[in-house]
Amino acid sequence: MMIKKHFGNFGLAEILLAISVLILVIVVAIPVLLILWTALFVDGKFNTADILNILSQPATYEALKNSFIIAAGVTFFSTVVGVFFAWLVSRTDLPFKETMKVLFLIPFMLPTLIGALAWKMLLSPRAGYINKFINDLFGLDGSFFNIYSLSGIIAVETMYLFPFVFIQVTGALERMDPTLEESARISGAGLLTITRKITLPLMLPSIAAGALLVALYSLAHFGVPAILGTEAGIYNIPTKIYEQIYQSGGSFTAIRTGTVLSTILIISAALILYIQSLVLKAGRFQVIAGKSMRPMLLKLRGLKLPLLMFSILYLSITVIMPTVTIFLVGALKTYGINFTWENMSFTNLKYILFEWKMTKDAIWNSIYLSLSAAFVTMIVGVLISYTIVKMKVRGKFILEFLGVLPFSLPGTVIAIGVILMWSGKFGVNLYNTAWIIFVAYIARYMAFSLKSNSAALEQVSDSLEEAARACGATHWQSLKDIVIPLVKPGMVAAFFLIFLPAMRELTTSVLLYGPKTRTIGVAIYALNEDGETVYAATLASVALIIIIIGQLIIKRITQSKIQGVQ
Amino acid sequence: MSHVKLTDVTKRFGPVVAVNRLNIEISKGECFSMLGPSGCGKTTTLRMVAGFEDLDEGEISVGEKVFSSSFKKYYLPPEKRDFGMVFQAFAVWPHLNVFNNIAFPLQIRKMTKTEIEERTRRAITYTGLSGSEHTYPNELSGGQKQRIALARAIAINPTVMLLDEPLSNLDPKLREEMRFEIKDLQRKFDFTIIYVTHDQAEAMALSDRILVMSEGVVQQIDTPLNIYHKPANQFVFSFIGLSNMLPVEIADGSIWIEGNHNAGAIPTEVPPEVKARHMTLAVRPYEIDFVRTAGVRGIVKRVAYLGDIIDYRIMIGDVEVRVQKNRKREIFRENEPCGLEFNQVAWYERGSAS
Repeated sequence: MMIKKHFGNFGLAEILLAISVLILVIVVAIPVLLILWTALFVDGKFNTADILNILSQPATYEALKNSFIIAAGVTFFSTVVGVFFAWLVSRTDLPFKETMKVLFLIPFMLPTLIGALAWKMLLSPRAGYINKFINDLFGLDGSFFNIYSLSGIIAVETMYLFPFVFIQVTGALERMDPTLEESARISGAGLLTITRKITLPLMLPSIAAGALLVALYSLAHFGVPAILGTEAGIYNIPTKIYEQIYQSGGSFTAIRTGTVLSTILIISAALILYIQSLVLKAGRFQVIAGKSMRPMLLKLRGLKLPLLMFSILYLSITVIMPTVTIFLVGALKTYGINFTWENMSFTNLKYILFEWKMTKDAIWNSIYLSLSAAFVTMIVGVLISYTIVKMKVRGKFILEFLGVLPFSLPGTVIAIGVILMWSGKFGVNLYNTAWIIFVAYIARYMAFSLKSNSAALEQVSDSLEEAARACGATHWQSLKDIVIPLVKPGMVAAFFLIFLPAMRELTTSVLLYGPKTRTIGVAIYALNEDGETVYAATLASVALIIIIIGQLIIKRITQSKIQGVQ
Repeated sequence: MSHVKLTDVTKRFGPVVAVNRLNIEISKGECFSMLGPSGCGKTTTLRMVAGFEDLDEGEISVGEKVFSSSFKKYYLPPEKRDFGMVFQAFAVWPHLNVFNNIAFPLQIRKMTKTEIEERTRRAITYTGLSGSEHTYPNELSGGQKQRIALARAIAINPTVMLLDEPLSNLDPKLREEMRFEIKDLQRKFDFTIIYVTHDQAEAMALSDRILVMSEGVVQQIDTPLNIYHKPANQFVFSFIGLSNMLPVEIADGSIWIEGNHNAGAIPTEVPPEVKARHMTLAVRPYEIDFVRTAGVRGIVKRVAYLGDIIDYRIMIGDVEVRVQKNRKREIFRENEPCGLEFNQVAWYERGSAS
């Protein structure tokens, strides 16, 4: 009896491990291996000459350079902006701090693609509203600021990526034991010295963690460079890969170039993640929270109001102005005419929602692809996280290694990987179907699901499950009745963490869409390319409304969770 | 001559009066403890002395110098007060090694390199940290971390040392050891200590005088001996040590446990100042003696061995009385009837404080 029972457990653990490994291998590992194989080998032979040839072409070299310049610039400015605002809301007596803290997260919710679209309308060299306004005002004929430039791309990405740093640093500042600063103060140090010698060094790991997330994101980002760069001939790695594949109609040579560039992305991402793990390890300072005393706040005195105005102005310019622009332009009868009541209507909205098949399909595709990918990824994520966090089974290290992989795969790389894997080479051809996007989404968002679910699972003490087993429950019953109900909030969080970004996904889908499988992101991008700026804005408005509704639902769910605890 | 002086110090947080008209005079070289339950205002008081909180009313001065004053609208920031301070959660900087942690206040004061070196070495030697100068705090135990904090506090040779529950994050054995080390350091460096704690044993062992506080109000300032044996009021009596608070009724010079006249009168004198009919009789568990036949009658409900003492719970009617005796063997068994006599008692008016 005992032996049989034990054997039974062993079986379940083994089966879970096998399924988890299998999923990760098919969805993540094989595509990556295929990329590396295709990049490095030609006809089964190791081939460096070809790689050097591809890299030495001015166009690819230029794209690589641009990718790194953009990533470096965005990382630098996001860090400066993020740290400054984080410090402002957690270490000064800025008025309405709690509200400001929430408001600074809003740029995160605005899709970078839509932000870029809005800034194009505002600051494109000739037609941009702001440029035109300034020209009219001063009777000039140049352009006040040309958004079609590297600095334009860096500025727009910074606007929507700095919250990565902001979130990390505010979190760390709030968790930090205030007596660490107080003891420096009683030692005779003034606030500036404390900030320089104590607070900043202690924040360094969090700042670095946030900055590296920005770098990772920006390095492989498609939307902003695609809208603001290509017009002026500025390409980064993802837009270059897209251009080559698109122009050649998906030829193998283009895909091969893609794999070589992807390999560079994979190596860079792995390097960034490695540096991050080093920084985090070095910075694992034990910062026990003492008595819940408030930290010292810098009295801003005369700067109080100016800094509050500055923060509000910053948010108005980066969030409100672009959003309003999108909604207004989306309602215009034609692009370029004035914003008057007579020139605006709901005709566009009606047209893209009910009449035009292309946009109708795009909205529908995005909704069902995001929902189903989020659901499947959530379930699979629980399975894999459970095996990693809770199971004691041999061979787990393979899973742990595979589980880290999704974190280091940029969207472009995933797209190339699934193209190589699912276009008939292995007997299954999903190319041009919605399935290939579905598989790519799972690979792309697995990291989110794993993170959210393992965090939830680590909160569930082993003894809870053991207590269920001691009461006579089988492994499966304890899982179903104890573990799953306890990690449900983590699962719901994972679902939305995947659903919302998937709704606006562009980087991956743009390489995978077929005539009938455009997503919202792809459709907005394509409409903009075709000069249908107004329809692009209308569709962007629809996307924004869906995102806002999604965020409100998340807020309701997290709030009711808190009430449930009280 | 008083060294640290608090005059009518008051602090409010919104509608809550955290500290209410506090007057303290602490002499030079004294070890002065502030003791009380959490939220009584002791930490707030210490933080006002340190300068982390300003005062709503009152004045704090050290020596001849005024540090905070609501009358003169003056407030010296903490970094200018030249105090040493040790916090409950160690507050040792994890990114600096032991040497640099301790040298920090000296570096801030822009001392010469040799002086910093010399003073830091001395602080390290006195706190028993020799050999770990280049270690980082995270590799050290809680006790070692608190030694770093102490060394950092004494490095500048402060005249006043503020200690905010410095030992409560340590395990009990280490806690006792560190008490003596703090006392030793005080002898060597001759500073005045203001010590905040909720641990009465700690306060008793360390202090020259103890301030007992409750809800922002001073209950008693006295030597440890007097705090224990001559508590000023019912709060101090029940807060320090173990106590029985018995509701009694007085009639014709006899004292009964209220509602339990059957148990007989308590064989204790009624002092002349006690006039009310209903009083609270306070008595410590070891100030009660067992008698076979006389005394107030009760029944032994529970007997527990606590190592060197035996702890009895006696029911007198429906009132429970706790008695402690340090005999090797129990005098009464559970469910046996017994008699009690009270040695030293204190009388408090009903409803004065609980």
